[in-house]
Amino acid sequence: MSRIIVVTSGKGGVGKTTTSAAVSMGLALKGHRTAVIDFDVGLRNLDLIMGCERRVVYDFVNVINGEASLNQALIKDKRCDKLFVLPASQTRDKDALSIEGVGKVLNELSKEFDYIVCDSPAGIERGATLAMYFADDAIVVTNPEVSSVRDSDRMLGILASKSRRAEQGDEPIKEYLLLTRYSPQRVKLGEMLSLEDVQEILSLHLLGVIPESKAVLNASNAGTPVILDEKSDAGQAYSDVVRRYLGEGVPHRFIDEEKKGLFGRLFGG
Amino acid sequence: MGLLDYFRSSRQSSASIAKERLQILVAHERSERNKPDYLPMLQREILEVIRKYVNVDQDAITVTMEQDDKREILELNIILPEENERKKPKRV
Repeated sequence: MSRIIVVTSGKGGVGKTTTSAAVSMGLALKGHRTAVIDFDVGLRNLDLIMGCERRVVYDFVNVINGEASLNQALIKDKRCDKLFVLPASQTRDKDALSIEGVGKVLNELSKEFDYIVCDSPAGIERGATLAMYFADDAIVVTNPEVSSVRDSDRMLGILASKSRRAEQGDEPIKEYLLLTRYSPQRVKLGEMLSLEDVQEILSLHLLGVIPESKAVLNASNAGTPVILDEKSDAGQAYSDVVRRYLGEGVPHRFIDEEKKGLFGRLFGG
Repeated sequence: MGLLDYFRSSRQSSASIAKERLQILVAHERSERNKPDYLPMLQREILEVIRKYVNVDQDAITVTMEQDDKREILELNIILPEENERKKPKRV
């Protein structure tokens, strides 16, 4: 039986696709058969972050409409043979995704895969609500910033009421907080909400903190999930996230500022 | 605490302002979240019925829905005007 994970946030630009790419690659590297699906119909981007944009032939909507088989549309990752990408369609038809269609595809995928990662689009339109509808787990990606925290809270409300689990009265979706673009320096200066502040407001189980990092842009430039950049802080933070998700007790890192010399301490910069 | 922090502490940090604003907003939005969609319509229709008999203001009526584990309470609050303004003027 496979586990369906939705990566969601409400607000755009907080790191959903970066997270979907990193987490799915991380799960696959751990030996789990993993599929990652782009739900952002019309604004496909996961393929670009995964570096497989030139190998897209068929997409999610083609599969739903029966124009291609799932095996034709799934793109096997070149770096890890356990990982497959299902790209979004570039159609402008807003009704391209249907609950029945998505359910059918997920059902078919769950026969072959251990984990299915659903990369949600921003907003609360159909793509976003369908990405979360069938989920077992939700990774709520949040930046330490007012609009992102507010939108995350709103998504929690939708997760709790408009999912299959909610409608069928099953055990609710497991919700995890992933705090991204975190800058301990700015937190210390009182310029950024701290992890504790965000936790106090959202009261979610913390999956991890991803520090603000140059590695993320470098990785997306290259089409390489940042988790493969093992030397980088963000890459390591995502590796921790995957291990924690899989049940390992990994202490949180990148929450506190790195040690500074005497000068730095004196001026508290 | 460094020297600069000492001077900074006199002013409230922007992060603590953000936190306060969020706490208020999120609490409010959570209380709104559980309300059924029909509440505004219900409020409008009740107001129409009441206005057939008594002159009340548009904002004289509030409908709130509260929930705890065991029950849901629909609370209807109507503020009636002063005695002399109460009678609906007779239609011509």
